[in-house]
Amino acid sequence: MSIIAPPVATPGTLVERAGLVTRLHEWVVTVDHKRLGIMYVVSGLVFFLIAGLEASVMRWQLTSAGSTIVSPQVFNRLFTVHGTTMVFLVGVPIVFGFANYLVPLMIGARDLAFPRLNAFGFWVFLFGGLLLYFSFLGGDGLYGAGSAPDVGWFAYAPLTGRAFSPGNSTDYWNLSILVTGFGTVATSINLIATTLTMRCRGMSLGRMPLYVWMMLVVAGMTVMALPPLSAAQIMLLLDRFLGAHFFDTQAGGSAVMWQHFFWFFGHPEVYILMVPGFAMISEIIPVFSRKVIFGYPMIVAASLAIGFLSMTVWAHHMFSVGMGAPLNAAFAASTMLIAVPTGIKIFNWVATMYGGRIRFATPMLFACAFLFQFLCAGLTGVTLAVVPFNWQLTDSYFVVAHFHFVLVGALIFTVFGAIYYWFPKATGRLLSERLGRWHFWLFVVGFNLTFLPMHWAGMLGMPRRIYTYPADRGWDFWNLLATLGVPFQAAAILIFLVNVVISLRRGERAGNDPWDAWTLEWATASPPPAYNFETEPVVASRRPLWDLKHPDDPDGPHE
Amino acid sequence: MIPTARMSELTAQRMSAHGSGRLSPARVGMVGLIVAEASLFAVFVVAYLYDLGKSLSGPSPTEVLSVPVLGTVCLLSSSVTVALGVRALGRGAVRRCGAWLLATVLLAVVFLIGTAAEWLRLITREGLTIGTSLFGTTFFALVGLHASHVIVGLVMLALISAFAWSRALRPAHLERVELVSWYWHFVDAVWIVVLTVVYVIGR
Repeated sequence: MSIIAPPVATPGTLVERAGLVTRLHEWVVTVDHKRLGIMYVVSGLVFFLIAGLEASVMRWQLTSAGSTIVSPQVFNRLFTVHGTTMVFLVGVPIVFGFANYLVPLMIGARDLAFPRLNAFGFWVFLFGGLLLYFSFLGGDGLYGAGSAPDVGWFAYAPLTGRAFSPGNSTDYWNLSILVTGFGTVATSINLIATTLTMRCRGMSLGRMPLYVWMMLVVAGMTVMALPPLSAAQIMLLLDRFLGAHFFDTQAGGSAVMWQHFFWFFGHPEVYILMVPGFAMISEIIPVFSRKVIFGYPMIVAASLAIGFLSMTVWAHHMFSVGMGAPLNAAFAASTMLIAVPTGIKIFNWVATMYGGRIRFATPMLFACAFLFQFLCAGLTGVTLAVVPFNWQLTDSYFVVAHFHFVLVGALIFTVFGAIYYWFPKATGRLLSERLGRWHFWLFVVGFNLTFLPMHWAGMLGMPRRIYTYPADRGWDFWNLLATLGVPFQAAAILIFLVNVVISLRRGERAGNDPWDAWTLEWATASPPPAYNFETEPVVASRRPLWDLKHPDDPDGPHE
Repeated sequence: MIPTARMSELTAQRMSAHGSGRLSPARVGMVGLIVAEASLFAVFVVAYLYDLGKSLSGPSPTEVLSVPVLGTVCLLSSSVTVALGVRALGRGAVRRCGAWLLATVLLAVVFLIGTAAEWLRLITREGLTIGTSLFGTTFFALVGLHASHVIVGLVMLALISAFAWSRALRPAHLERVELVSWYWHFVDAVWIVVLTVVYVIGR
């Protein structure tokens, strides 16, 4: 049984003797899926810090009524760039970065199907991100002091028209997101081709780790849902540069059409970001519960159902534009329907934990917080699908609270869990559990302190995207609480960064398989050699490493 | 677990999978690209249909558009010639493959000349540009998006054809040529949709 690779010298040893320039050069020209994956995640985390700073300034401004820390114009730029960054430059690169790193390892392949296309995707994404941030310098060209886009992350027409958005700030938004989109579609096609054609011997579709299954669904959704955004952005380019009239109501065009096109991308995008979270959780929970995942086929089916249904719910972002009762009813129904497969998954995870021998290591802590916070996010999501309720609360802080529970409370928590779980594989060193606990608890407290009160502020009528508010609305208290959560979250992130730096230098050696896990990535060295596996692994069940460790009781007959 | 001899046998199997009917990374990748492109075109088609008749100023499609019969015949028959080219390469006839691909290129050029002539007439004589009216916006965007895809395909086919004459193309490249032909069939299929939407329903 030789699927465990002998402890080979890490590929870094030779490189470390070389100079800094040589090492940087190695990273720039690499087509190795592991290095690209790490670069994706690291750049995503850098953008996460920047977007977090932007959010902190906004929270500071909103702490009390009538404050004047930033001007309304700057506030508009802050929430636009914050939202755009979080979705396109934090969420997308981190989830695809993990997939880059993990999918080939988990299916026993040596790389993705198209390594150079993979490198192209990463560099295009990084260029797009830098282009967006260059807008702070170049948005208004030579005329102003420079400005970032201020039209909101979904850039509704007609606000984006030449007449209402002069200068180039909107073009920076448009072009930077357009090019990152090309990279994301390329990476998705790459993932699909890899998963369908490069699995090791014995790994039938039904034996793929759930992580791989869900990333396959995500890649499929991306290939279908992202090009519509690119199409709408090309139309916007034509409108702004060639005087076309797609979204120009004065020439018969339709501003609502932008909303349809944007959300036809935008809602699947929510699942493109969330399903990878589900995917990571589905690997972490079984390992730390010491049990097989409960209902593997059901989770796969639920993931496929989410993939299909997510294409049919987009207009629930548009109940207030007056689509009429039949459309409202249809989109409300589909939105409630998509809660069913999502709920099924929650039951699967809880059932996996039930009766298990749970180890509360840091990844598992994040997974538990995810379960609770994602449930809250799902419940507010279903209530927002009720049309009259939506009319009351649309564009309020209730919505802000809802999607931050989804994207921070669920996605960012799973990402942190995943970082603690797979960091030892990528670096060969464990992150400190003690600092991990501090990180976790400060982040849970800070997150809930910031985002729970926003539900109340929203129900009291506070609209989103206002730069200040009068003192007599009863919103002060909830806003103060929300801002008080910021230092907790900031401290948590700081501890996380310290943890990474310290552990990289002095962390405990991880060995091949520090968590006693079951999927193939733990069968090779940590960090894995450039070629991943010395020989192509052969698997006979969903948990190849279990079979290896327990030859007397292999999994196969139980599946 | 796998002896080395078995490994090389496996590798051999995997190599031979290319060019046969089995799934290969390149085939799946091309299907993925085609799905993404179809999604892109779908949005432009929906916009065209939604904006039909909503123009606030002329000229109207009925006044200025006529069905491009010659161009359509050329483009659709180019699907046949490209398929014949692939078949020739599959039989090892590299030169014949190059000839069929050259024929494909010529047919596509005829199509593009037709489009160029139509655009020239619309812009200079009818005064219809992308900024004139909503009809101009949707028409030039959709037809232009398709024409740009024709140009991309044309460049790829012309290159392969040139490689065939310079003997750089070998039967081992069958799968790559076949995938270019898939892209070309897709561009043709999109034209059938564009033709129906713009010149039949939209007129």
